[in-house]
Amino acid sequence: MTDRTHPGPAALDIENAGEAQHLRFAGRVGIDNLAEIQARLAGVVAAPRVVIDLSQADMIDTSIAWVIETTRRKLVDAGGTVEIKGAAPDLANLLDTVAEAMPVPEPVPAPPGALIALLTGLGKAMTGLGSALVEFAGILGLFLARLVQSVLRPRRFRLTALVHHCEAVGVQAVPIVALMAFLIGIVLAFQGSAQLRQFGAEVFVVDLIAISILRELGILLTAIIVAGRTASAFTAAIGSMKMREEIDAMHTLGIDPGHALIVPRVLAMVVMLPILGLIANLSGLFGGALMSWVELGISPAMFVTRLVEGTDVEHVIVGLVKAPVFAVLIGVIGCQAGLGVGKTAESLGRMTSSAVVAAIFAVILADALFSIFFQRIGI
Amino acid sequence: MAQTVIEVRGLRNQFGAHVVHDGLNLDVYRGEVLGVVGGSGSGKSVLLRTIAGLQRQAAGTVRMLGVDNQTATEAELAVQSRRIGVMFQDGALFSSLSVAENVELPLKSVPRLAPETRRALARLKISMSGLPWSAGDKYPAELSGGMRKRAGLARALALDPEILFLDEPTAGLDPIGAAAFDTLIRKLSRTMGLTVFLVTHDLDTLYAVCDRIAVLAEKRVLVTGPIDDMLKVDHPWVQEYFQGPRARAARDTIATRPRRE
Repeated sequence: MTDRTHPGPAALDIENAGEAQHLRFAGRVGIDNLAEIQARLAGVVAAPRVVIDLSQADMIDTSIAWVIETTRRKLVDAGGTVEIKGAAPDLANLLDTVAEAMPVPEPVPAPPGALIALLTGLGKAMTGLGSALVEFAGILGLFLARLVQSVLRPRRFRLTALVHHCEAVGVQAVPIVALMAFLIGIVLAFQGSAQLRQFGAEVFVVDLIAISILRELGILLTAIIVAGRTASAFTAAIGSMKMREEIDAMHTLGIDPGHALIVPRVLAMVVMLPILGLIANLSGLFGGALMSWVELGISPAMFVTRLVEGTDVEHVIVGLVKAPVFAVLIGVIGCQAGLGVGKTAESLGRMTSSAVVAAIFAVILADALFSIFFQRIGI
Repeated sequence: MAQTVIEVRGLRNQFGAHVVHDGLNLDVYRGEVLGVVGGSGSGKSVLLRTIAGLQRQAAGTVRMLGVDNQTATEAELAVQSRRIGVMFQDGALFSSLSVAENVELPLKSVPRLAPETRRALARLKISMSGLPWSAGDKYPAELSGGMRKRAGLARALALDPEILFLDEPTAGLDPIGAAAFDTLIRKLSRTMGLTVFLVTHDLDTLYAVCDRIAVLAEKRVLVTGPIDDMLKVDHPWVQEYFQGPRARAARDTIATRPRRE
């Protein structure tokens, strides 16, 4: 078996015979010889008459045909004459094909200046943000409209789907949420005790833990975890359906994607997020109590007494009342991103990650607005 | 007979208990265009993947360009992989690279090749595959299915392979695009001296492009030969395939055209 990628030495022989220069290709010449051939051809530019002799060449590949053709063109443009002789039919055929296919560069529009590009990018980002907000309002409206329709005509409601999503969104998230809140409770007790001990006010660590977990951290961190877990899952599930035209198929079959996909998912979020928040609260308090006992010697009984005496129940309500709002934000953003997926797998990946970022950002923004609101009304 | 470049003997492929090939023999000769046909699930693509080295057989030998895929060293396989080109069904272009960068990528394995030469050669291959200059600057997602296939072909041809594997080259193309692709394959295989291993369902492609047909059925290559011989084969599936209404239409089309060289 012969191998054309390993030809013999001296693939190109350059000879000056009188006025003409002879370029003699020999043996099997391939792309591995190209660099060497180009280097040697660089010297023949000045010759007025050049003969390219292919009678010794057994085989050339397209890269060699390309270099022959470019050399020929360059010499002809410089006013010389070039003769190609001795090419076997196969080789001549290849040379013709390559000569025919020589690409002609098309003018590419000059890229805009840096400032223009920056402004264009900024403008696009702003309009993109605007249209994303409009789209969000659209999906939210769709969800609410379909929810009302479901109430009016309960037969259209998909209970099985709701239960399935409740399990996926809620039940399966319990371990991670509980563990996260437990660890946060431990951290708060530990840090709080270190600070409060300086004032001899160790016992206030109970208030610190209770208020921060019940009011803010329990539900906020739960929402962030659920946003990462569920918004991405919603986007991936709906997005892959969109990619495979399943959503279009639903439309043609008279199935409303709002009823079939959005209502069960968002509603499952609304049902499950407060429950997860409650679990996080309990788990956080348990972690805090455990650490207070170990670190400060506050017995569980004392912790409970102090908790009941010193903490108003309104903190729990202030915390949990945010849960349905976070749930709608996360659910709608996840579904919206899923419906925005295009035909390619890249767009699915891009939308999934942007759904998580947008959901977490929306949750934190809403939490900040809630804080201001509660502060204003004095709770 | 011409030199044998692919030699498959006693090939057996199975996934779990499901046997796809059993005792499969096949020879492919230098310079020919071999069309592999078979019903859905008959293992055409599995055969292509096995020969191209993308998956290991359960038993049997596959020799390509004199290299046995089971006894070869990694270095031998690496050299071999430079001598073959594979065009996947949807092009399998790298989505993060432009078409020109995709075609340039295999050329980076050639030592001492100047970057501008690489770019020029990539542009040449794109043009030879029948794509306009502007297609080279685009990303795969911006191209139509037919253009992606052509770009995939350009990448497969980047290193001037000796053997070209084509997986369903005309699937999903409109008849005009499919006929143009057939012509392109025929032309390139002749001018570049390619051996083409082509898996297809398209009867027009079989008539227009292939020198020989291999029919895959009953877990082996049932019969090989020029397409005219297929009409004489006494096997129900082969009869139905080559005598069916679509086959007749394809045959009539080709009969009215000037005969290919």
